[in-house]
Order: sequence, then C-alpha cells, then structure tokens
Amino acid sequence: MTLTKADLADLLFEQVGLNKREAKDMVEAFFEEIRTSLEDGDSVKLSGFGNFELRQKSERPGRNPKTGEEIPITARRVVTFHASQKLKTQVDEAYAGTN
Amino acid sequence: MTKSELIAKLAARFPQLVVKDAELSVKTVLDAMSDKLAAGERIEIRGFGSFSLNYRPPRLGRNPKTGTKVQVPEKYVPHFKAGKELRERVDVRD
Repeated sequence: MTLTKADLADLLFEQVGLNKREAKDMVEAFFEEIRTSLEDGDSVKLSGFGNFELRQKSERPGRNPKTGEEIPITARRVVTFHASQKLKTQVDEAYAGTN
Repeated sequence: MTKSELIAKLAARFPQLVVKDAELSVKTVLDAMSDKLAAGERIEIRGFGSFSLNYRPPRLGRNPKTGTKVQVPEKYVPHFKAGKELRERVDVRD
C-alpha cells in the first residue's frame, strides 16, 4: 500500500503523541517548509534520507508525442532528489533479502 | 536548509509543542518514508511529489583503479518525481 500524508499523520498521532489536528498540520508543514526552501532557491539536505536540489535546465527541442509536431521545451528550474547512501543501502539490502 | 533548520522552523510554527516533538516528528516522517521504500512500496504526497524505486538491470562494470571487469548485480534505486505544485512553485523563469 502506498504511503500518504494521512498515514504519516497517523504515525505522528501514535508515536509522537500529537493530537489529530496537530499531526495533520505537522505533516502539511513538513512538506511546505521543504517546498518554500526550494522555491527560494535553497536546496534541502536531510541527512540519512537524501538531498533535494535545484537544477536550471536550458531550452531543448521537444515533440508532441501525439502529433509529432516539434515544439521547444522551454528553459526551466527543476527539483532533483539524491537519496543518501544510507537510504540506498537500506533499499538495496532489503531487496537482496528477498532473493 | 538542513534537517536541524527544518526542525527549528517546524518548532516555530507550533509554539504549543516542545522542540523535542518537532524533532521526533521529523525523524518519524523520514523513517516511515525510508521504511516504505525499503519495503519496495511507493510514497505519494499530494502537492509535493512521489517516491518509488527504479530498477537497474545487472551490467558489466569496471573497477576504475585496476581496469578489471566486474559484474554489477541488478538493484533498485530510490526515485523522486516532483508533484504539480512543487514543480510550478520552483520553476521561476527570468
């Protein structure tokens, strides 16, 4: 089952002891602070989890996949995520265990 | 922004909570997300983005020091796709 904001709020209620309202607000605030930092051009480094970074992409040629028509993909700033070594190892070891 | 700066910002948003609660909240959220990915499952945060695993097939690599060929086994790596709101807010054009 996919993990959602509602699941995270339940965990904060159960494990941290926040009330339901606070738990929901805390989850929302957690992601909002990350969005705001990135919006301001500041990368986010969450040790043990990973880093959210910004990349400036220049314009490049693209194509409408339906019509085949050529249209330029405009220059833009995008977010990239780099998992920490810890998270990569955790995912890798869990997978190795299933073999 | 680092994890401790994030904790400080959240603590400031919730003056009724002690800093320890903000700290434990951040740890709880990040641990839950890591555990979910380690279980091979997805995370979907509306307005922020989704995390999933990408498959990397086995390949023949090279030890960069010695030049000898080594078999690199298949693996799964975490992948993030930004959601609509995050994408739009970050994409300032000048």
